[in-house]
Amino acid sequence: MKRFIGFVKKEFYHIFRDRRSLFILFGMPIAQILLFGFAITNEINNVDIAVLDHSKDATTKEIIYKISASKYFSIKQMITHEADIASVFEKGQVKAVLNFENDFSKNLINDHKATIQIVTDATDPNTANTISNYVNAILQQYQLELNKGTTTPYQIVSQTRMVYNPELKSVYMFVPGVMTIILMLVSAMMTSISITKEKELGTMEILLVSPINPFQVIIGKVVPYIFLSVINAIVIVLLSIFIFHMPVQGSLFLLGLESVLFIVSALALGILISTISKTQQTAMMISLMGLMLPVILLSGFIFPISSMPVPLQIISNIIPAKWFIIIIKGIMLKGVGIQYIWKETLILLGMTVFFIALSVKKYKIRLE
Amino acid sequence: MDNDKVIQVEGLTKMFGDFTAVDAITFDVKKGEIFGFLGANGAGKTTAMKMLIGISIPTAGTANVAGFDVFKQAEDIKKNIGYMSQKFALYDDLTVKENITFFGGIYGLSRNVIKEKSDVLITELGLQKVANQLVASLPLGWKQKLSFSVALIHDPKIVFLDEPTGGVDPITRRQFWEMIYKAANEGTTVFVTTHYMDEAEYCDRVSIMVNGKIEALDTPKKLKKQFNAATMNDVFLKLARG
Amino acid sequence: MSISVSNISKSYDAVKALQDISFEVKSGELFGLIGPDGAGKTSLFRILTTLLLANEGTATVAGFDVVKDYKKIRNSVGYMPGKFSLYQDLTVEENLTFFATTFGTTIQENYDLIQEIYVQIEPFKNRRAGKLSGGMKQKLALCCALIHKPKVLFLDEPTTGVDPVSRKEFWEMLKRLQQKGITILVSTPYMDEAALCDRIALIQDGKILQIDTPQAIVKHYPKQIYNVSATNTYELTNALKAYEYSHSVYPFGEFVHYTDQRSDFNPTELKAYLESKNLSDLVIEKTKVTIEDTFMELAK
Repeated sequence: MKRFIGFVKKEFYHIFRDRRSLFILFGMPIAQILLFGFAITNEINNVDIAVLDHSKDATTKEIIYKISASKYFSIKQMITHEADIASVFEKGQVKAVLNFENDFSKNLINDHKATIQIVTDATDPNTANTISNYVNAILQQYQLELNKGTTTPYQIVSQTRMVYNPELKSVYMFVPGVMTIILMLVSAMMTSISITKEKELGTMEILLVSPINPFQVIIGKVVPYIFLSVINAIVIVLLSIFIFHMPVQGSLFLLGLESVLFIVSALALGILISTISKTQQTAMMISLMGLMLPVILLSGFIFPISSMPVPLQIISNIIPAKWFIIIIKGIMLKGVGIQYIWKETLILLGMTVFFIALSVKKYKIRLE
Repeated sequence: MDNDKVIQVEGLTKMFGDFTAVDAITFDVKKGEIFGFLGANGAGKTTAMKMLIGISIPTAGTANVAGFDVFKQAEDIKKNIGYMSQKFALYDDLTVKENITFFGGIYGLSRNVIKEKSDVLITELGLQKVANQLVASLPLGWKQKLSFSVALIHDPKIVFLDEPTGGVDPITRRQFWEMIYKAANEGTTVFVTTHYMDEAEYCDRVSIMVNGKIEALDTPKKLKKQFNAATMNDVFLKLARG
Repeated sequence: MSISVSNISKSYDAVKALQDISFEVKSGELFGLIGPDGAGKTSLFRILTTLLLANEGTATVAGFDVVKDYKKIRNSVGYMPGKFSLYQDLTVEENLTFFATTFGTTIQENYDLIQEIYVQIEPFKNRRAGKLSGGMKQKLALCCALIHKPKVLFLDEPTTGVDPVSRKEFWEMLKRLQQKGITILVSTPYMDEAALCDRIALIQDGKILQIDTPQAIVKHYPKQIYNVSATNTYELTNALKAYEYSHSVYPFGEFVHYTDQRSDFNPTELKAYLESKNLSDLVIEKTKVTIEDTFMELAK
């Protein structure tokens, strides 16, 4: 154990003395998040909306009044048919349509529940999302007033419907993608480079001809990078929450566990790369071409998988990053629990075990 | 200027900030001479040689190499010298012929001249059978002999050799020195930088650099006598220990 | 027997790096493996330090089989590879501490063994290894290889690229380590270092040419060698090679080493011949055989 601790200590020396890499390691996530984030603003002011009021009762009037009274929205027109929704969007007159169901007041009184649909134009995904959040905030405020002193609370259910860009690409969408890339980069590339560096310098020879167990070497190489990756993940999440007010809906604990799972799979890939490359340069090339490109192109981070040609869609399944992006999108944006993402988690877990097994099998206790 | 002297150096100095890497060295080398430029690692050998081959500008002093001034005519110097280093000599992933053609091309030889030279060279070195093989597949000794010949392909006035025979087997080493003697005999000046003292024994004259200065300069025989030493290695030990 | 090698062969694809190598190194011996680059020295070192598997043959180090008992060997040998193999970004002291911990020991525990060498680099113990001079790096590497008090020390070309002063000091250190009972196997391309070993094996192209003490190897040389010199060494070599009785002609520093085919060789005859070839300032004198002469004679 003492050997192992000594080894990990040495690894940290390497990491902290290489100022440039360290700067890139921690500067990159921050820069990327800020870059993606500030490219898109999330303030809205006097946004034109339309209202389709099927009920035209006292409650809907009151809600409409509250919304038009806020400085965020101005009601541009009242429409009367579902069919008009498409046409107002197409003319570009409004950014959103509020659609009240029939018998809104009656439903609210009888069933304690009424539904309003917020239809947004998601070609500008960030605005769409923000509008829906603001409308919801106003509705909630109203609901709170309504429920004062009642025993059975009234509930106004809002359904958000995105048109034109239902995948809603925006800063929030970039966060899972950026996080995946950073974790992949730090974990896989850095470990593979740090192992091949020892080969290149010849120190691996000395380590092999010493009583230190090869697996201690591997684990000792991996531990510092798990640590760094976790810090990076935390930094990314904190930035998203505090600078971009990204709503992390789901459990942070679950997010953490899934991230560690992904980090471990990336580290196993890194070790695998180091077993097949002799120089740091090769390790870097393999990491970039073999890992980063697929992560960027095929994981659904930039290009939606559903719009890819079928062969690429099939290939995308073997990319761990695809599953991790689905998982963290689910947790961060939809707030789902493990019951909705257990399948993806299982796939990722399977891949991780496979990579670890493969890299252990490939790892050599001798040269060549 | 003295036509017999192909390298004339006076007070040549190179400073890096406050650090004087080469401290006012003065020497000259005659045509057809084998001149050994010795010193420990870090003594300033490499820095001095870089100035002589025109890839580093001196801080002070004068130097004339192959009839050209190192300050103003660096490009002319490069055309008139050959260079061979132990670290980099030939491209491993090109064949013998391709290497010869490439280096001939660098020095602006015409296609016919290159072809002629390459045939002569391959025959002289006995490389006919491997002429179309990758250089990587040749034994180390052959590679070194080939790269020496390639350094001479454009008939340079001076050829600079950087630790040419380190690690080579003794017989190949002799063959290598015979090639050097031959080149010198034909009028090419050979400038050998090395920290292997036994290579120094083969030179006509040697200079020994210590901490940026030339501390000794003479024939190996006279130096051994002067320092009362059996080998150049002992001369160096005595000089370095002060 | 500290190291025992029998019939070891190793090839890489078509290249035969080692062919049927056998030798033994006694406990406490300083044994030199002398040969040029590409002779197979490093392959042999790697087989003995359990880093490579031989294609054929067996070997034991400190009584352990290099294949079956590789873990035991890794516990009991010290190894200094050809390249400077320490962590450049770690300080002198951190490197030493790291290797001590790796071998499950501490600097204090075996300090007596390294003390003599370590005191020379101790003033720089807070300096990064990458910033040390060649000679000091080498001393540090030796300290690291010794820190666990190995029974056998493997040094692969420790003096390559090192200046003469440091080389001399290094060999002095080896002699002292040997006195402390450590068996040392050292390789070098420098023939002049052979004389400093107890016994040597001359190796070329994966084959051992001869094994013996340096004195015996020189004694076995079959001929008298003459130092010949003239004003023009190039013409001299050509003339000597053309001489009908010449056996071998090798440039050797400021002289040419010449041996004659005849047992009743008369130098004046040769002098007359060389003079007829217009060579001047002739010197012909008997000289002592060196390891290098033997090596060339055996490799011819």
